[in-house]
Amino acid sequence: MTDAISSFGAVGRPASIHTDDAAKARLKGRYRTEKWFKWLGAAAVALAGLFLVLLLSTIVTQAIPALRQNYVTLPIDLSAAKVDPAKLDEVNYDAIAQEALTAKFPDVTSRQDKRLLRGLISTGTGVFLRKDIAADPGMLGGTVDYAVPLDDFADLYLKGLLADVGSDEAISTSVTPSGTSGDIDLTFGDDAMLALARGHGATEGENGMFTLTSGASSLLVAFNGGTVKLTSLSPAANGTVIAKGTVIEALDSTAPAASGQAFLRVIETPEASRKISDKVIVWLDTLKSAGLIESRFNSIFFFTGASREPELAGVWGAVVGSFLTMIVTLAIAFPIGVSAAIYLEEFAPKNRLTTMIEVNINNLAAVPSIVFGLLGLAVFLNFFGMPRSAPVVGGMVLALMTLPIIIIASRASLRAVPPSIREAALGIGASKVQTVFHHVLPLAMPGIMTGTILGMAHALGETAPLLMIGMVAFIVDIPGGFTDPATILPVQIFMWADFPEAGFQQKTSAAILILLVFLVIMNAIAVILRRRFERRW
Amino acid sequence: MKKFLLTASAAALALAASAGYAAARDQIQIVGSSTVFPFTTAVAEKLGQSGKIKTPVVESTGTGGGMKLFCQGVGENTADFTNASRAIKDSELKTCKANGVTPVEIKVGFDGIVLANSKAGTVVDLTKEQVFKALAKNVAVDGKVVPNPYKNWSDVDASLPATKIEVLGPPPTSGTRDAFVELVMDAACQEEVKAANEKGCGEIREDGAFVEAGENDNLIVQKLEANPNAFGVFGFSFLDQNADKLQGHKVDGVEPTFENIASGDYGVSRSLFVYAKKEHVGVIPGMQEFIAEYTSDAAWGPDGYLADKGLIPLPDAERAKSAENAKALKGMGS
Repeated sequence: MTDAISSFGAVGRPASIHTDDAAKARLKGRYRTEKWFKWLGAAAVALAGLFLVLLLSTIVTQAIPALRQNYVTLPIDLSAAKVDPAKLDEVNYDAIAQEALTAKFPDVTSRQDKRLLRGLISTGTGVFLRKDIAADPGMLGGTVDYAVPLDDFADLYLKGLLADVGSDEAISTSVTPSGTSGDIDLTFGDDAMLALARGHGATEGENGMFTLTSGASSLLVAFNGGTVKLTSLSPAANGTVIAKGTVIEALDSTAPAASGQAFLRVIETPEASRKISDKVIVWLDTLKSAGLIESRFNSIFFFTGASREPELAGVWGAVVGSFLTMIVTLAIAFPIGVSAAIYLEEFAPKNRLTTMIEVNINNLAAVPSIVFGLLGLAVFLNFFGMPRSAPVVGGMVLALMTLPIIIIASRASLRAVPPSIREAALGIGASKVQTVFHHVLPLAMPGIMTGTILGMAHALGETAPLLMIGMVAFIVDIPGGFTDPATILPVQIFMWADFPEAGFQQKTSAAILILLVFLVIMNAIAVILRRRFERRW
Repeated sequence: MKKFLLTASAAALALAASAGYAAARDQIQIVGSSTVFPFTTAVAEKLGQSGKIKTPVVESTGTGGGMKLFCQGVGENTADFTNASRAIKDSELKTCKANGVTPVEIKVGFDGIVLANSKAGTVVDLTKEQVFKALAKNVAVDGKVVPNPYKNWSDVDASLPATKIEVLGPPPTSGTRDAFVELVMDAACQEEVKAANEKGCGEIREDGAFVEAGENDNLIVQKLEANPNAFGVFGFSFLDQNADKLQGHKVDGVEPTFENIASGDYGVSRSLFVYAKKEHVGVIPGMQEFIAEYTSDAAWGPDGYLADKGLIPLPDAERAKSAENAKALKGMGS
């Protein structure tokens, strides 16, 4: 006995397969795998988060400039001589506004310059004026100060998106002009300007002369109440520099400006590579320094319909169109979807036919959305002869697309209601219909609502099915009913992204932001419903 | 709940029914080319602003799709105008006629197709032959037709830079692509290639040197900005609006500028059209007003607002003639 024990003790505990070296290595390996997986998961989440932040910050920074619009306040002459109160519709309001603008710049005389100047204000000015006068006839009879929206290029320049403009710097030498308008010579007291011109891309010619072509930065000298654009500079006697320049805004006098009295303004982006000329920049700066330009909240963007002019384009038409379409979708998809789910889940016999239907509904949820558009074109437009581009047709097509999603979600939440509820209701004598509608459906409702809202959010972001039925269209008028032509937000975004004008880039981002806000709100409602009303059994 | 369901279904039914009783259309419907779309929309908006008629609805369906919708027949459910970036085809005119549609052709202007790259890249002077050699699927080398062997521009012609051939352009569904193929590839086609395969001239290489960048020209502009070595093929209006970022290349020694395209010196330009449905004049309100607005000098003239949008106006005489035909509603094939 003792032998046995001692012999057993001598052998010691047999090396277990759980503790030997190989096992330890295996264990370590398993821990390592787990650690790796955790790390990979965390890295994936971090990467996704990074991209999300990148995407959102790009959209938001692009969208911010679109939220404000610059206006110029002009004295508009609405006296009886210009505007006949009896014939308000026949007045050319654009011309009146343009006259008020050209009156601010009496020096501008050439036809081409006048055209350029008139282009500073939006082409929609006349429309705004007519509307405001119709609303408030008290404006008539005299001159009123009226804020006019600026054209998209002027607006983008003032937002700093079109050209790199340096700040005004005082010139630390005297400047003597040879005239007040046209092409003149400027004499600078020292040669600091030469180095400056070289630094800004001027081409060096013979005798140390520098020419500023349209490929170089623009150098503007402002003094004596005017502005001169330098075209070339050459060294002269006594270390002075003689510069040739074109007067953009007439000087008051030929009196020399003392050191520190003249200002140099450098526009880094060469004139050839921007859509806005030096003249326009000078005019805008003059208006701005006169305190006539004001940046306002961009109500045009939020409360008007589409337009081909970036400064007049708004999302309201698309928002209303989306709203009308969604109402139709909800009114069709929700009752039909929920009823179908109730029938299939509670009443339908379980046989081969219902199984087939079930499989097909599940498959339908995975059908590409453009197919529903083709169906809409073939059935609603061609067969029933419904109007093109109408929200009612769009809503019906989207309802077809959302139906399977609602049915699947509703069935899942009906199934989640425990049988005890049904049995109790039936036990106290309720009929099958009473059981379902009084007891089961109310308990399943939060889940159904969540599914419906998510389905609707999905439909809100859809464009493909609407392409076929004519809702991808340029529509200016805000739709007033279900059969008026309308477009929707995602389509508006798609179209703006495709327009060549630079001003639409910011509008696109701002519209994306609005769509995102709607989607976040809808998803938040779904989450809240789930949290508040969902019951766990 | 039951009540809610009932009311909701009733509302849905009522909605569906109301659509059937849509009142007579009082708004012009326009379909067609995405190239003409920016111009037609501008005219539509101007007309709407004047308050005379409701703003027309303009859809961008592509030239071919627009023709199909336009020639479908006469009646409220068919389009009143269609935009086209090429003249109507004989087969399309036949369909139109068969369905009782008389199109009135309005030639509205020109559009140039440009080859451009980022300002950071180099400017080159190309000939159509060089473009063909760089982009065709099959080219002739030493008299034999072989799959395009050229990798760099310098392989095509020693005067060109030694950078990789990388051209972003529109997909085959686009009217711009059709015009590009017709005006450059077909025009400069090598005899051997044509002899080997009747349609071989229009085939563009698919080995990565030509990248189909989608219908959205703004995307091409952004990609060109990011890659100075890549060239892009797109409409002149995008070059015009992005003059701060892009530079156009000379083709056959002519620079793609507004003036050169208008005068016809620049070889890669095409005409743009709008077709009106004669049968709808007097039935759908505003048809004549729309034609009058489009053909007014304030719109399509050299100083008109369409020129600001990038449309290149017709020469004065041709413009006057086109306007006259349009206002007289001179139908085609009648």
